Amino acid sequence: MAQQFSYDLAHLIGATVLMAGMGLLYQRRLFAVLNTFAFQAVALAAAAAWQAHVQHAPHLYATAAIALIFKAIAVPLALHWLVERLGIHRTVETALSIGWTMIVGVALVALSIMLVLPVTAKAAALTRESLSIAMSVVLLGMLMMITRRNAVTQVVGFMALENGLILAAVSAKGMPLVVEISIAFSVLVAMTVFGIFFFRIRERFDTLDLNYLETYRGDRQ
Amino acid sequence: MTAVLWQMVQVVLVVALAPLVTGWVRWVKARLNGRRGASPWQPYRDFYRLLQKEAVVAHSASWVFRAAPYITFASVWLAACIIPTFTTNIFLAPAADLIALVALLAIGRFWTALAGMDVGTAFGGLGASREMMIASLAEPAMLMVSFSLSLVSGTTQPAQIVAFVLTGEIGIEVSLGLALAALFMVAIAENGRIPIDNPATHLELTMVHEAMVLEYSGRHLAMVEAAQMVRLTLFMALIACLFAPWGMAMPGAGPVGVTVGMLAFLAKMFILATALAWFETAIAKMRVFRYADFLGGALLLGLLATIFLYVSEAV
Repeated sequence: MAQQFSYDLAHLIGATVLMAGMGLLYQRRLFAVLNTFAFQAVALAAAAAWQAHVQHAPHLYATAAIALIFKAIAVPLALHWLVERLGIHRTVETALSIGWTMIVGVALVALSIMLVLPVTAKAAALTRESLSIAMSVVLLGMLMMITRRNAVTQVVGFMALENGLILAAVSAKGMPLVVEISIAFSVLVAMTVFGIFFFRIRERFDTLDLNYLETYRGDRQ
Repeated sequence: MTAVLWQMVQVVLVVALAPLVTGWVRWVKARLNGRRGASPWQPYRDFYRLLQKEAVVAHSASWVFRAAPYITFASVWLAACIIPTFTTNIFLAPAADLIALVALLAIGRFWTALAGMDVGTAFGGLGASREMMIASLAEPAMLMVSFSLSLVSGTTQPAQIVAFVLTGEIGIEVSLGLALAALFMVAIAENGRIPIDNPATHLELTMVHEAMVLEYSGRHLAMVEAAQMVRLTLFMALIACLFAPWGMAMPGAGPVGVTVGMLAFLAKMFILATALAWFETAIAKMRVFRYADFLGGALLLGLLATIFLYVSEAV
């Protein structure tokens, strides 16, 4: 009974992360995207904390704290600041309409479930479901990077993808803390680099729409 | 025998309670907006006033226009009678079925749309076309929710779903959470609440339901409004019945059990109505072109609920 409950709750929190990933695809306003991303990070922190409790692995609490402080607070605040500072157009510009993106998103969720479940037939039930959810989150993050034009939303897609990786990591037993800390810091470094890039791109092209960059690619000449 | 008795109680209850639910939503919304607001009992007074008034009918109106309010109200009322509210021991419970429920609601909507087009005014046609667009998007989502619920519980009858949930064989289920979210979105669209439609507006560009019933007056208008209120109560009762059936009296429960069920039902309606008012205050009306995204989202949530069901089965 207790095991069933812990399993159900882990499943529920994982699905919340996934739903936040779908929510990212649905949003049309830049700030709403950032808020949804912060919510996803909070759900991720909850998933990590719950796994720490279930697996009796105290170092996962550190993972939860990292997710909460960096990804739910620091990164969204930084992106907020960037958007305001750069005066970016506040609506999300899409390469594919929202409806189609959602449909492709659901197809990706089904795909990852169909992929993961047969491959991991011998693993524990909890690991299998969490892996399939985590893989869906990763794929949705990629989808977001592909279908959004603005650099800020692409970065959010990247961060969401990374959330999926962390979700996979916490549900597999025995992930060392060193790895997670280094991932967290590499994300912060990536964030800083992206920030500098935003400024450079905009200085150069007066926009963050990456379509404009394509004309400057060498192979078009 | 008791089943017939409780059925009678429910038939009266849904109609008697519906104006209070709507009045309560309006009152809470007014308070949240910083207005004083009319008393929650105001809809009853409105009905009294409307029934006193003469019904004015346009020259170009046919019998469809006169019959539509009664047919709409009757279908919605019947739909509200077959959903278990305070007890599952009601006479019509075996006839109740989620798919039949969708059909009953569709009948009501169909007749309202016909009436909107009957008089031949521009607004009526515009409202009818929009209403049909919303319906064509909301109905598949609602059916998807029914399917995922029936896959969980093995039945499409609300009474049996209640029995299934109350026996506690079911834990926290992701699919149920997703289905609940989808049903909330469908309920908002079907009842014409913000962000899909604004029930208080008479602005030409935004009204959907109001545009269809603009020509009605007197007792016809009373019927139309009553149907709308009963529909709101129906969806709240449906959500409470499928996802939070705790406290509901089962067949064989004595008067105490039924009283508890009744109090639980009233409490659930109170909570849902307050939550609806809060939600409507917090959110802005959506553009017409975004309805497809919103309701498509509901459909996809229903689809995801079904997909997750298969994940749980496979594991």
